[in-house]
Amino acid sequence: MKVRVGIGIIAFFAVVAVVGPWLNDLMGIGPWKIDYDAISRPPGGGHLLGATSQGTDVLAQVIAGTRNSMVVGALAGVIGIVLAVVVGVTAGFFGGRIDALLSFLTNMFLVLPVLPLTLIVAGYVQDTGPVTIALIIGLFGWAPGARTLRAQTLSLRGRDFVMAMRMLGETRTRLIFVEVLPHLAGWISAMFLHLVLGAVLAEAGLAFLGISSADTVSWGTIIDQARQVALLNGMWWWFVPPGLCIALLGTATGLVNFGIDEVMNPRLRTADIKAMRKALA
Amino acid sequence: MSDIPILAAEDVTKHFESRDGVGRHVTVRAVENVTLRLHRGRIAALVGESGSGKTTLARLLAQFYPVTSGRILLRGEPVTGPDRRFAGEVQLVFQDPFASLNSLRRVEHNLRRALKLHAHPAGDEHVRELLGKVNLTPEAEFARKLPHELSGGQRQRVAIARALAVRPSVLLGDEPISMLDVSIRLDVLNLLARLRDEEGLALLYITHDIASARYLSDDVFVMYAGQMVEGGPAESVIQEPKHPYTRLLVDSSPDPERAAGSSAFTAAEKLGEPPSLVDPPPGCRFHPRCPFARDECRTEFPPRTEFPDGGWTNCWLHVTRPEDTPTP
Amino acid sequence: MILDVKGLDVDYVSAKGAVRAVNDVSFQLRRGEILGVAGESGCGKSTLIMAIMRLLRPPAALTGGEVWLHPRDGEPVDLAARTDRELRTLRWRRIAVVLQSAMDALNPVARLSAQFADVLKAHGYRDAGKRTAELLEMVGISPDRARSYPHEMSGGMRQRAMIALALACDPELVVMDEPTTAVDVVMQRQILSQILQLRDRLGFSVVFVTHDLSLLVELADRIAVMYAGRIVEIGEAAGIYADPKHPYTKGLRDSFPPLRAPVTKLSGIPGTPPALRDLPPGCAFEPRCARRFGDCAERRPELLPVGGGLAACHLHDRERAHV
Repeated sequence: MKVRVGIGIIAFFAVVAVVGPWLNDLMGIGPWKIDYDAISRPPGGGHLLGATSQGTDVLAQVIAGTRNSMVVGALAGVIGIVLAVVVGVTAGFFGGRIDALLSFLTNMFLVLPVLPLTLIVAGYVQDTGPVTIALIIGLFGWAPGARTLRAQTLSLRGRDFVMAMRMLGETRTRLIFVEVLPHLAGWISAMFLHLVLGAVLAEAGLAFLGISSADTVSWGTIIDQARQVALLNGMWWWFVPPGLCIALLGTATGLVNFGIDEVMNPRLRTADIKAMRKALA
Repeated sequence: MSDIPILAAEDVTKHFESRDGVGRHVTVRAVENVTLRLHRGRIAALVGESGSGKTTLARLLAQFYPVTSGRILLRGEPVTGPDRRFAGEVQLVFQDPFASLNSLRRVEHNLRRALKLHAHPAGDEHVRELLGKVNLTPEAEFARKLPHELSGGQRQRVAIARALAVRPSVLLGDEPISMLDVSIRLDVLNLLARLRDEEGLALLYITHDIASARYLSDDVFVMYAGQMVEGGPAESVIQEPKHPYTRLLVDSSPDPERAAGSSAFTAAEKLGEPPSLVDPPPGCRFHPRCPFARDECRTEFPPRTEFPDGGWTNCWLHVTRPEDTPTP
Repeated sequence: MILDVKGLDVDYVSAKGAVRAVNDVSFQLRRGEILGVAGESGCGKSTLIMAIMRLLRPPAALTGGEVWLHPRDGEPVDLAARTDRELRTLRWRRIAVVLQSAMDALNPVARLSAQFADVLKAHGYRDAGKRTAELLEMVGISPDRARSYPHEMSGGMRQRAMIALALACDPELVVMDEPTTAVDVVMQRQILSQILQLRDRLGFSVVFVTHDLSLLVELADRIAVMYAGRIVEIGEAAGIYADPKHPYTKGLRDSFPPLRAPVTKLSGIPGTPPALRDLPPGCAFEPRCARRFGDCAERRPELLPVGGGLAACHLHDRERAHV
C-alpha cells in the first residue's frame, strides 16, 4: 500500500513532466505569460493557484518547473547510480589492488564537501541549465552509493552460491551480471530514488542560492524568486505549491524505500495484527 | 591403493595473515604439514572438531586459495590454479544447501550452466538426466523450481547434481549432511556411496559425526588443530583408535548402544578446549589436553607410526615403545 | 510431578489463515526428570517449549490448552493463563530456559560478571559476585573468567555460561532447546555430562529438545517424539530406542548409523514431512509410512497406551482390543 502511494506520486510527477507544456497550452496558461491585471493575485478566478508579483501564473510555472526538476533528478540519478554500480561492484567483486584504488577514489569523493564544490563548479560553468546541474550533482553524488554497493558485493562474492558457480568455472562477467547483480536490485533501486530526491533538493538549493539559468523555471527557481518578494508580502500561494511538490516527492521516495526494505528484509514485515486478533478471539 | 591418487595434498601448510582484536598482525596456522590422498572409487572421511582445519584443507584441495607451502597434485601433476580443466575434475559440495544455490535462479539454470561451461550437451533431457541421477523426480517439475520451493535435502541433491554436471572425478563434501533433517541424511549419504560405486568417484567426506563417517567411508583421517594425527581404514580407526584424540572423539560421540545410564558422559569432563591456532602449543598440539602427555610431546611433533592394518598415527605413545601399546 | 501440559495448541497466524504448529499436546514431567523431545525441523518441538515458557512471539500464538506448573512449595499455576507481569515472578526462580543460540545472547560489550549480577540483583541476591563464582564453578568454568567479555570465550564456554545463568536462581524446571547443536562433539559431551550431574545435585527437571534422537537415548529418562505438531510416541528412553512402537520413531532411530554395531545399509525415511497447512485427515505420517494399512489415511490414531508408554498408531489397535 505504502509502495503504491509512493509509486503513484512519482508517476504523477513523471507524467506532469512529460505532458507539462501541453497541459499549460490546454489550460491556456504559460509560465512566461504575463497577466498585468493579475499581478500578485491570490488563488482563484483565471489563476487557480494565483499569480506572481510579475503577473505570471503560479500553476503554469509549477507545471513547467516540474519538467526541469524531474529532468535534473532523473538525469543525476542515472549518472550517479551508473557510477556507483560500476565503481562499487567492481571494487567489491575484484578486490585487491582494484578495490584499493577504487575505494580511495570513493573515499575521496565521500569527504569532498559536495554542496560548496557544486557551487564553485556551477559558478565556473557558464551554462547552468538543468542538464549541467544534473551532471554536476550526479558526478559528485555517487560515492555513498558506491560504498554501500562495494560492501554488499564483497559479502555476496564470498557467499556459497557464488563460490559454487566459480567452482564450476563460471566466467567473471556472468558471475557479476547473472549471479551477483540481481541480488543488488533492491539496493540499486533504493539508491536511485535517494539520488533523484537528493538531486531535486540540490537543484532547489542551488537555485535558491541563485545558481540557475535565468530562462529555465524549476521548483527551485520559483521558490528563489518568491523568496525575494513573496515572504515580505505574505504571498504564500507563490512558494507553497513548489515547496509542497518537493515535500511530496520526498515522501514518495521514502514510501517506496520502506517497501523495498520490507521486501529485502522480511523481518520488517509487520505481522497481520487483525488476523491475529481474530484468531485469538 | 597403489595407483596414483586422483587428487592429493602433499605436505601442505596454510597460514592466514590476519589481525587480532587490537589490530596487531597475527598468523593463523590453520593447516600444518598435512598429506591427504584421494583415490578413485574410495571415500575418505576427514573428521575433527571445528577449527581443526578440515574445511581449510578441503578448500585448499578445491583451489579456493593457494597453499602456503606444499603441493596439490591432480593425477600426480602439480595444480597451478583453479582453471576450467581443474573445475572439470574437482567439485565441492557446500555444507549449507540454503546458501549454495542462488535464490533467484531456477534449478535448471544451475545445471545448464554447469553443463555448458564444460562443453557437455545442455538440452532439457540432459538436465533431467542429472536430476534423475540424484533422485529428484519428476525431473521436469524439479527443473523449473526455485530454491525456496525445495526442502533442504532436495536442495542438497540439486547442489550435488550441479557438481556432477561437469562429470568430475573428485567430489569434496564439506559437511554435506549436517544441516539436513535427520530422516533424509541417509538418503544423501547413500547417494554419495552410489556415486562412488557406480561412477567410481573419489570422495572426501568432511564431518564431525563419527558414526556417519564409519557408515559411509573406506578410510578415516583425523585432524586436530591443523595437524593430521591419525588415518587408516575406517573400522580400525574408529574401533581401535591409536591416538588419544581419536579416542576422545569416538568416546564423545552419541552412542545409544552404550550401556544405558552408564557414566560415559563423565569421560570427557574437564579436558579443556582446542588450542588457539595463532599461538598453538609446540610439539603435538593435543598435549595440553592429553592425559598421556610426556616430555617429548611438549617439544616435538611425533613421527608417523604405521600399523599392519594400513593405519598410522602421529603420537609419541606409539613411537618410543611400540610393543607396549597403551590403552588410553 | 512438576509440569502438567494439557491439550496445548499453538497457531501461526497469517493473512492466509492459521496454521497449527502444535496440536493437542499433553504430557507430564516428574520432579527431577529429564524429558527429551525429539523430532525434525518443523515438527513443532521448539514452538512447543516456547509456548510452555510463554515466549511465543507473533505470528505464533497459544490458542488452547493448559500448562500447569506445580512448584515445590505453593499452589499450582497455569502458565498459559498468566499475564506477562505474573510470569516475571516465575521466570528464573521457577522456570528457566536455554536456547540454541544462547551463546549469542550474551551482551558482547559487558563482562560476564556484570551480566550475571544483573540477573542476580533483580532476584534479590545480595552477594552477586560470590554467587556468580559458584555458578561458573558448577559448569566447569574457572571463576576468574567472570571478568571476561563474551568474545574472549569459546562457543562452548559461552553456552555453559548461559546454562549457569539459567540456573542462577535455582529453578525447578529448565527448558533447553538444542543447547548443544552449535558446539562440537567433545564439548557437547562435556555439557551433557554437566547437565546430568547438576540435575542429580540440584534436583531440577529438564525438558530437552533436539533433533538428535541418538543423543537423547543416553541423556533423557523419557523421550517424546513429535511429528507434524503432535506427540506420536512417548515413553522410557531405553524402551523407545530398543522397541519403538511408532513407525516414525523406528525410522528416526534407524536414521542414525551405529557407532559400534555392524554397518548395514540404512535407508532413513522416504519422502518429506507434510506441510502443516495441508495435513492429511488421517495419520500425518501415513504418506511416508512403510506399514500403513486400511484406513490410516482417513482415521487419525489417538495417543494411547502401548507397552510401557503411549503411541499414536493404528498398528496397535488390535493389541489393545485384546487386552
